[in-house]
Amino acid sequence: MKLSRRNLLKLAGAGTTAVAAGGLGFDVATARAATSELRIARAREFPSVCCFCSGGCGVIAQVVDGKLVQCEGDPDNPSNRGSNCSKGAAVEQTHHNDQRVTNVMYRAPGARNWQIRSWDWAIDQIAKRVKDTRDRTFQTNSGDVTVNRTEAIASLGSSILNNEDLYLITKFMRGLGVSYIEHQARI
Amino acid sequence: MTNHWVDFKNTDVALICGSNCAENHPVSFAWLQQARDKRGAKIISVDPRFTRTSARADLYCPIRSGTNTAFYGGMINYILENERFHREYVLHYSNAASIIRDDFEFDPETGLYSGYDEIKGAYTDRASWGYARDAEGKVRKDPTMQDPRSVFQIMKRHYSRYTLEVVAQTCGAPLDKLREVYELFTSTGQVGKAGSIMYAMGQTQFTSGSQNVRCMAIIQTLLGNMGLPGGGVNALRGHSNVQGSTDMACLFHLIPGYMPCPTTATPTLEAYNATTPAPPAYWSNRPKWIASLLKAWWGDAATPENDFVYDYLPKAQAGKNYSHLALFENMYNNIDLEGLFCWGQNPVVSGPNSLMETKGMENLKWLVCLDPFETETAAFWKRPGADPATINTEVFLLPVTTFLEKEGTVTHSGRLLQYRWKAVDGPGNVRQESFILDRLAKRVKALYATSDKPQDAIIKTLTWDYPDPLANHPAFIDAVMREINGKFVATGKLVPGFGALQDDGSTSCGNWIYSGMYTEELGNRTQNRVLDDPGGWGAHPGWGFSWPANRRIIYNRASADPAGNPWSEDRKYLWWDGTRWTGYDVPDFAPTMPPSAPLGAKPFIMVTERESRIFSNLNDGPMPEHYEPVESPTHNVFNRRQNNPAYFAGADGNKSLGNIDKYPIICSTWRVCEHWHTGALSRNMPWLAELMPASFVEISEELAREKGIKSRDMVELVSARGKARALAMVTPRARVFEINGRSVHQVGLTWHYGFQGLVTGDIANNLTPHVGDANTMIPEYKAFLVDVRKVTL
Repeated sequence: MKLSRRNLLKLAGAGTTAVAAGGLGFDVATARAATSELRIARAREFPSVCCFCSGGCGVIAQVVDGKLVQCEGDPDNPSNRGSNCSKGAAVEQTHHNDQRVTNVMYRAPGARNWQIRSWDWAIDQIAKRVKDTRDRTFQTNSGDVTVNRTEAIASLGSSILNNEDLYLITKFMRGLGVSYIEHQARI
Repeated sequence: MTNHWVDFKNTDVALICGSNCAENHPVSFAWLQQARDKRGAKIISVDPRFTRTSARADLYCPIRSGTNTAFYGGMINYILENERFHREYVLHYSNAASIIRDDFEFDPETGLYSGYDEIKGAYTDRASWGYARDAEGKVRKDPTMQDPRSVFQIMKRHYSRYTLEVVAQTCGAPLDKLREVYELFTSTGQVGKAGSIMYAMGQTQFTSGSQNVRCMAIIQTLLGNMGLPGGGVNALRGHSNVQGSTDMACLFHLIPGYMPCPTTATPTLEAYNATTPAPPAYWSNRPKWIASLLKAWWGDAATPENDFVYDYLPKAQAGKNYSHLALFENMYNNIDLEGLFCWGQNPVVSGPNSLMETKGMENLKWLVCLDPFETETAAFWKRPGADPATINTEVFLLPVTTFLEKEGTVTHSGRLLQYRWKAVDGPGNVRQESFILDRLAKRVKALYATSDKPQDAIIKTLTWDYPDPLANHPAFIDAVMREINGKFVATGKLVPGFGALQDDGSTSCGNWIYSGMYTEELGNRTQNRVLDDPGGWGAHPGWGFSWPANRRIIYNRASADPAGNPWSEDRKYLWWDGTRWTGYDVPDFAPTMPPSAPLGAKPFIMVTERESRIFSNLNDGPMPEHYEPVESPTHNVFNRRQNNPAYFAGADGNKSLGNIDKYPIICSTWRVCEHWHTGALSRNMPWLAELMPASFVEISEELAREKGIKSRDMVELVSARGKARALAMVTPRARVFEINGRSVHQVGLTWHYGFQGLVTGDIANNLTPHVGDANTMIPEYKAFLVDVRKVTL
């Protein structure tokens, strides 16, 4: 088994330098010394995959004390071997970003502005809208066929979510009887 | 993709048509460059515009937007006329030798196949497209492929009309370049050579988009390029997880794992299972997958006696369209819709005929948007020109995490699932989508807890018993992944793969194609980070998990000849070793079925014929035929049918179309590397916003002279749907096409911009038409008509 370079570096950190150095072909101790002053020296690394195109390029997030200090291409990822495009190189700004919405926002009918609301309130209100719409529009039959559907609720998205979220969207929406389920793959 | 990103290094010739991958999928080009450096590979770019990909290609050929079928039809003709095809591959692995029924017809005058109903605008009777059968019901074959009713001869006659001259005139392509492209790419029909076709939205976003893809499948079959390293039909897909969202069936016509969504035409499980493809199609196992899905969703409530509560799955009305185009038309016309969830989608910028679609959203009672930023969709009620006081839609904007702030898997375009570990908490009160889904599902279930209506049992009994996502997010994701992978109901143990699934209620599985990603023996394989590369083909079977069954190249049985030996030693990938299939990938084949078995030399296992279908069965015909885009600058010279006979016009589609007299210029849209789709993320990221701060339209030097436009002038594009302004970029990359004896300009603009974010601009989709492909209903974004004028500020 060929361990990835990242794994070897972690092993080296755990005191198996000799093994690691043999596998790497360079002196890990020297390399570590050279990087010890960098801000990522104490960073914990989390492998990830870029959020933009479908290239699956590996990104490594470096975190110190729970704070994201740097993102860089994952040199082990077979797709991109550590390189990133202009978008991939900028991904830390998806996290550090003043434009982020950080509270639940609600816009009432006819209102000109958003209002900040709590999660509990929003979940409760949305659940009530779903139930109300479903109950008023639910069709149990079309002719003599059992259809158990509502055509008054639609679900759009999303190809930027994780598979597990998407699975739950499909499961929940179909469970409610939703037929209008679509997302970016169509457009 | 049939292949994967790293596999581009194995190609001899890459044909990039309908994709600007050097700009929009940069990772692909690293591998293409390696193919060029190490194998002497050649790269071909076919595109209306001279793109960054064209600049890096060995050969460039311009074609007008919307003429892909003509371009590919010409290549099929070139292959057949010049005997460039791989005869043994075609004979054994495709349906070329099969005989088609006597009553099948194609009329080159009308451009129609047999079975068309002019009033319904559809092929309502496709029986004549079937195979001729002998007394025992077996498909009749002619191994010489000389029978005039054989698929091979039908194809040959059909494409004999696609001569270089006619194709060049229709596409507006220089004839010598066209010939060079055909000559170079078809050189991969030789044994030992492999050619890859790479495409993106420049093939699919047309009213004949599906037939464009069919063309590629036919060509790659004729050249023997399927199933080999360096070959394949490779869709360079869009978003980071658009493959996964398609696999998970966030689409009206599917349920997870590409099973069709039940409709009123399949009212019972028995009726649904009766539509299963006949053996020996691997799809014939579908009853096991639907039973296991129902067990995953309704648990103990789903039993063999009650057909696993098949009644609980909503049945779409047969024949009714619920696709994006229909959804927004209905919204606009106040039909059906009250509430809309947008789970990270921004249709105000990305939907066609945006002005109409956005107006339609005003008819919603409620809208729930999940996004890290305030998108144009979340803010549609305060868009420029709208009066919020008159818009009564309630809007909930739920702030969500971005990818570094959550846990879970994504599937890249090469079908590879990779795990993303959470690195940091999100800012403020943001939450993961799975938290929102969990809380919402539980709240809705609670609201129904006291109901005893039968219809409410559906949501009450929907299984939802995951660890708390706020307390332990990895545990929540782990539980969902186990459910997706599938379990033995009796023990709760994970199934080793979809081969273990049953139709008797003993197994559950949320998505059969992902089964095997998480097993008792191997753990969560999406987290694997082993770099071994047996054979050196870049398959890396220990890195992540590639569906199905960790196969890196699908149809890989076709990399060996009928006897099970590699077609050439140079491309040795999978072979029969005397007792089993072995090689550098998981066989896409029964692992111990010898080549001498009746099905032992049939690599295309999913379909009943187990052959690649040169002759198939789509809504708009069994073989691709050229029709003009719905908005076209010219007439169809291949037949008298101007447009695809079955394209999706919708209720509103024909009401807002333009013609050449008023809108004389072809227009298309495209992307730049620095932004991502609607810009919902990238236009809010300071570095990217600064790198590409404004929308621009590329205009040829000739058109600029004609209109008095200089670079950096503000210009306005006008279509029958609306207007969009952008800065002019006068460039020789855009060109004039000579089409059927007439000069026509083509322009194009970036479509990343909207009225929200750090940098803003007009929505390009104000211009695009609300019509779609005959099969997929994908909108025709890539070819429409506009006029261009300079704006005096």
